[in-house]
Amino acid sequence: MTSKAAVKESESTAPDRELSLDLYRQMRVIRSFEETVQALFLRGQVHGTTHLYTGQEAGAVGVCGVLREGDWVAGTYRGHGHSLAKGVTAQRLMDEMLGRSTGVCGGRGGSMNVIDVERGLIGCFGIIGGSIAAATGVAVAAKQQGRQAVAVAFFGEGTSNQAYFHECLNFAQVLKLPVVFVCENNLYMEFTPIEDVTAGEIIARPQAMGIRSEQVDGNDVWAVRAAAEDAVAHARSGQGPVFIESLTYRFVGHSRSDPARYRKEGELDRWRERDPLLVARARLSEEFGVPAESLDALDAEVEAELELVAERAMAAPYPDPATEMASEFKA
Amino acid sequence: MSDIEFRHAVRDALDEELARDESVIFFGEDIAAAGGVFAVTTGLYEKHGPDRVFDTAISELAISGAAFGSAVAGLRPVVEVMFGDFLLLALDSLINQSAKYWYLSNEQASVPLVLRSAVGGGGRFGAIHSQMPITWLLGVPGIKIVCPSTPGDAKALLKAAIRDDNPVVFLEHKRLYSIKGPVTEEVAEIGKASVVREGSDVTIVSAMKGVHDCLAAAEILAAQGVQAEVIDLRTLRPLDTDTVLTSTKKTNRILVVEEGPETGGWAGEILACVVDQALEHLDDAWRLATPDRPVPYSPPLEDAFYPDAQKIADSVLGRMTQGEPLIAGAAR
Ligand SMILES: Cc1ncc(C[n+]2csc(CCOP(=O)(O)OP(=O)(O)O)c2C)c(N)n1
Repeated sequence: MTSKAAVKESESTAPDRELSLDLYRQMRVIRSFEETVQALFLRGQVHGTTHLYTGQEAGAVGVCGVLREGDWVAGTYRGHGHSLAKGVTAQRLMDEMLGRSTGVCGGRGGSMNVIDVERGLIGCFGIIGGSIAAATGVAVAAKQQGRQAVAVAFFGEGTSNQAYFHECLNFAQVLKLPVVFVCENNLYMEFTPIEDVTAGEIIARPQAMGIRSEQVDGNDVWAVRAAAEDAVAHARSGQGPVFIESLTYRFVGHSRSDPARYRKEGELDRWRERDPLLVARARLSEEFGVPAESLDALDAEVEAELELVAERAMAAPYPDPATEMASEFKA
Repeated sequence: MSDIEFRHAVRDALDEELARDESVIFFGEDIAAAGGVFAVTTGLYEKHGPDRVFDTAISELAISGAAFGSAVAGLRPVVEVMFGDFLLLALDSLINQSAKYWYLSNEQASVPLVLRSAVGGGGRFGAIHSQMPITWLLGVPGIKIVCPSTPGDAKALLKAAIRDDNPVVFLEHKRLYSIKGPVTEEVAEIGKASVVREGSDVTIVSAMKGVHDCLAAAEILAAQGVQAEVIDLRTLRPLDTDTVLTSTKKTNRILVVEEGPETGGWAGEILACVVDQALEHLDDAWRLATPDRPVPYSPPLEDAFYPDAQKIADSVLGRMTQGEPLIAGAAR
């Protein structure tokens, strides 16, 4: 294993005021997007189920911000944040949520199956562990093609008990693939506390394979970003995969129908104090002197933007089954 | 006898079998403390305790593998794979171990396990939470496939599945969980279809949610003077071909309505059977299934994807007024 210092040489970008504001704004967009999806669900415009990223925004924003053009991301069914942070526009994503033909997958995919190849989002995968496999494969290609591209897999801590996790981590480490595994530990696999169904520490698993591994405060976007910067540089330099365990919490139920009764007394309140948006606001004000009013104004601006996005999405056309040219195979 | 929800019929069957036979255990993801993502298994953990009803990690292969081993060693495990789509991760043990064991061991031991799973579309869950896994299983000798359409059958067939000495995949259609119906204390016989509506003009065969669509279609047809006989298959492996053949010989026409991709499904299997064994009785034989494509999310696309009562009725009327095709599928 290489020392941290050895990989620091890549363009390290100590966050300045402007960058920090942008990180905050991106997180705010994800938060508002999720609130809008929730509201539209209740109005019968979003269907089936959704898994919101509310509370975990610093993960996707912290990681995706250090990626370059040509890098890839694989997300999960809790993937709106992964998608937005990787550059899928809020409009095309919202249109997809509403099943419109203007959606990023033409309405075929829906909330759990967002794909945007052009943006380097190989997909958000509805099967636990699917993201890990996808990123591992992308990394195989990147290595073969000598493109110096990096693949990132996002997944939850519950996924560490699945075959995909163990097989792909080993595979990636043996081949020294340029992949960063980002385990977003929000303490629950659906409704079950992770410790009830997991033996030992999750981070010990990649460590046992000799994979460089790190835990990070997943509600602090700067901390996530710093860890990701190191990890991506390491992976890009051909030294093999990196594992990041991002410690976080979701503020909403697992999915649409979950009232989250399993939470421990006071747990949600404690985590809410560490809301990634609050953490960011505090630092923006303390370190960069950004007044609360400007942040409020930014919030309002983002909210207004999302309202427009929702309006446009509702006005967008549905795909027409009579004219949709669906073919089983590419000709 | 009061009507209960399909989900409660499933729960009651589990509850009663857990109480009756201490070799029965039940495990899966989020099934114990949380009571299941479809609120099917609430209360079982509290009543039967953590040794017999327990949550597992997200480890489908471990679930099916542990079911196999424990079944051979004397238990009667019931396991849940949350969505049929996730079955793929469990299939190796199910197919390469459980399904083969009785034969390969020269009948030293069988594998009395039940694998329950929620299947089917229509709920806007998209391509990876809406599939019908039956085509993946249909060609595997050694697995029984049970697919109830009513609360009464759900209970009676699940009890039968748990008592069966073979691996049984027990499929629960998500769109049926909230329907209500009567239940009894009966233990049903696996492998028996039932005629759920009698008629003389056409036989319509289906399973699970499709049975309800076909019964609704039969009403539409009756208003047009066409008497449809509707058969609920209830089990897809082994298939009750006798009931299908008897009805087809009476009506001379058979339509099979399958929720699942047209290619490789059980509708094709039934048509092959009637062509093989009742060709001289056939005026027409055809199927309505779903297109050979993934299930779409968008509401208009998903609605167009499935055969519904009106499409079924229209199809029958269209075929019956077209003159009489000579051979299966000739008029398609
Ligand atoms: C193979 C498979 N099994 C089960 C599920 C159902 N499921 C969806 S999310 C989830 C929990 C995942 O927990 P975790 O990995 O911690 O991620 P989180 O949802 O907390 O972000 C489960 C069991 C699935 N989608 N795929």
